[in-house]
Amino acid sequence: MKISEFPRRILIALGLPVVLIALWWFASAGSTSFFWPPLSTIVQAFPETWTADPLLHDVLPSVARLLGGYLIALLVGVAAGTAIGRSRTLRALCEPVLEFFRAVPPPVLVPVIALFAGYTGSTSKVLTIALGCLWPILLNTVEGVRSLDEVLLDTARSYRLGRVATLWHVVLRGSSPRIAAGARQSLSIGVILMVISELFGANRGLGASIVQFQRSFAIPQMWTGIILLGLLGVVLSALFRLVENRSLAWYRGQRDAERER
Amino acid sequence: MSDTIALDVAGLAKTYRSPGRDVEAVRDLTFQIRRGELVCIVGPSGAGKTTLLRCIAGLLDLSGGQIRLDGTAVTEPPAGMAVVFQEYGRSLFPWLTVRGNVELPLKEKGLAKAARAAKVAEALDAVGLPDSADAHPWQLSGGMQQRVAIARAIAYEPSVLLMDEPFAAVDAQTRADLEDLVRTLWKRLGVTVLFVTHDIDESVYLGQRVLVLSNRPTVVLEDVPVDLPDDRDQLTTRSSPQFTKIRTHVYELVQSAKRGERPEPS
Repeated sequence: MKISEFPRRILIALGLPVVLIALWWFASAGSTSFFWPPLSTIVQAFPETWTADPLLHDVLPSVARLLGGYLIALLVGVAAGTAIGRSRTLRALCEPVLEFFRAVPPPVLVPVIALFAGYTGSTSKVLTIALGCLWPILLNTVEGVRSLDEVLLDTARSYRLGRVATLWHVVLRGSSPRIAAGARQSLSIGVILMVISELFGANRGLGASIVQFQRSFAIPQMWTGIILLGLLGVVLSALFRLVENRSLAWYRGQRDAERER
Repeated sequence: MSDTIALDVAGLAKTYRSPGRDVEAVRDLTFQIRRGELVCIVGPSGAGKTTLLRCIAGLLDLSGGQIRLDGTAVTEPPAGMAVVFQEYGRSLFPWLTVRGNVELPLKEKGLAKAARAAKVAEALDAVGLPDSADAHPWQLSGGMQQRVAIARAIAYEPSVLLMDEPFAAVDAQTRADLEDLVRTLWKRLGVTVLFVTHDIDESVYLGQRVLVLSNRPTVVLEDVPVDLPDDRDQLTTRSSPQFTKIRTHVYELVQSAKRGERPEPS
């Protein structure tokens, strides 16, 4: 990326949000509706609502549970997906079951998981997030590993790459674009489940706070929570893109090179 | 006598078995390649050239016969063999740089870092790509990518180098350059080369011998010696009467193979 291009890209990226915020600001400016407060009121409520205490005891634990569940899903999904993708027998055995579990909407699992792991603790919430995030990662990993190029695998074999080197340098690197696609899907599922997992047996947490504000008719505060949630999503996806850009630069380059030919 | 034989293929047979249908690809192949030889294999398309090569490389199980590399039976990809595949774009690891691609097998061999760096530099130099070490394969042209694959193979220091129609997918001029590169490397490094191709001219230009295969199920139709001078170049060699004579002979053999002619069973 050229230096001169950078400010331009920032402008383009910020353009639409600025327009939307302006629209919201002016459209809601004279609003007297209780459920639809002016944006200025919401902005005022923001620093009052999200002080150190709720940031530390609501937002942080929520984000920690999200990342914990997500990482568990990533580890289990990639490991199991690789095993299933590499073995024809295992694949034939697992595929119907996987399709079944994928079709079950993860929020349905929340009460079931809560039954076993308890309503209040972190375990059930992390488990919910992990289970919901697992399927896109798992299925994409299976697909990525399965569609690895035969010639690449033959090359690895003929140069006598060991199991570990083949797994690391060939199988995982080769399926990383698909794994990343699954991981990206899972990230947004994770955010949704982070909120949903706090709806039942709500004690504290970002999602629980939003629901409590709503139930106590603290409407501007509720809106600040929703905005915070959106910002969290933006930050997470930016972080994801950062990692992706570094580790999948070869994939983009190769794709662009193929397009040019 | 036996220690001058690098590759010994005896009675090689390969039948692909699937439920309800067996396909006999290779029936009975027997040939030997002496250490330091450059031998080409040609045959009509569908003659099982790639099957043969994959068997020799230890990538396919045999249905019968035996392959010995330096006296040891081949049951898995042997350490003394390197393969250059036809699909260069698919045999180089796109996530590794050129250096990474050449270096990876050496790392796996357990070579120390300094030794690896020296071998990588040497190999890239030998194929004429000393400045491309940090590029990714997809940033290079097809011919250059195949040079990288060749560099990886020679850096591995195999006793036999297998090449499976390596230049089938590059343009004619690049192909001529790469053919000369193979001759040069072969002479310089003294490596044994088994070169599979469907191009009759290429086989005569490159080889000291040309093995002509029959159609399926494959046997060796004839072992044609190429008595051309060792110093070959694209212009004079290809226009010499001797080249034309051998080329015509191999061409006729391939034509008769296509018609289904086979040697008398002995």
